Amino acid sequence: MALINPKKKEVQVKIVYYGPGRGGKTTNLEYINQKFKSRIKAEMVTVKTYGDRTLFFDFLPLDIGSINGYDIKIQFYTVPGQVKYNATRKLVLRGVDGIVFVADSMGLRREMNIRSLQNLEENLRSFNKDLSRIPLVFQYNKRDLAAHNIALLPLETMQQDLNAKLNAPYLEASAITGDNVALTMKKIISITIGSLKKKLEEK
Amino acid sequence: MEFTLDLDRQQIEKIEKILDEELIELGVINVILLDLAGNVIINLDNGSTQHDVYSLAALAAGNFGAVSAMANLIGEQEFSLLFHKGETDSIHFSKVTDDLLLLSIFGKEVSLGFLRLKVSEAVRKIESLFG
Repeated sequence: MALINPKKKEVQVKIVYYGPGRGGKTTNLEYINQKFKSRIKAEMVTVKTYGDRTLFFDFLPLDIGSINGYDIKIQFYTVPGQVKYNATRKLVLRGVDGIVFVADSMGLRREMNIRSLQNLEENLRSFNKDLSRIPLVFQYNKRDLAAHNIALLPLETMQQDLNAKLNAPYLEASAITGDNVALTMKKIISITIGSLKKKLEEK
Repeated sequence: MEFTLDLDRQQIEKIEKILDEELIELGVINVILLDLAGNVIINLDNGSTQHDVYSLAALAAGNFGAVSAMANLIGEQEFSLLFHKGETDSIHFSKVTDDLLLLSIFGKEVSLGFLRLKVSEAVRKIESLFG
């Protein structure tokens, strides 16, 4: 639920990176933070536990310029992927405008991807929201591991498992090398902003 | 796309005036009105600070949600006083409506008791704006 401030001429948009634990959500934001340093005025906020896992969430604000005279501030969040942190995931999803689902391409993680997507749908339902009506992009992460002889899920399998009904845009990516990370971000921003434009034109 | 609060310019100015008169004039360093999604709705300061208000709002919303969940676990609806004390500066949180939080950052020269009084006065005035 974007927030428009007509006095400051500013819009805040919330985009959440969701997905199973150790899937690369934080790595996505770290790459964006590094790559777009000049546009990011604040430090990336990250609350981690001892094992370098996300405990609470990561937060990264990005200014993307203006639309109809309104400055657009994108607020990126990640959720903690570990199953036990569902209460925190619900907190972060509150008021979400767009979602990137970061799926893990490793063969062993197939079940975890499916469960995390189900969890996302359930959590959204608790806010009376329907995933099929929220801007969504799938990122099939860790594709670089194929070069290290690690068994990856074929793209078709991942599409069938996760995106068969939703039919959302998807990208193969590697958060660690940065491959398609910026493109994923641009895709979700452009879909999310699309519906915002109409609202701003009415103002 | 749905929107949280759709405040117009006049409403924002009215709230700013309340916060300025009740809190900034009292000596509060920084006041942030935010929603529970972590958006900054209004931000006022005394001119001598450069806090990263967007990150503060994101963390404050998360923190408030986490503490409310803790309250529920021990059978409480919520904890009415949320306060973090620092060496020089401290943070006070107060719920305004179901979806709005007021965060005040203040130094040693402001007493917590007086701040609480002024915050509840400001909250009452803001609530009356929303009818």
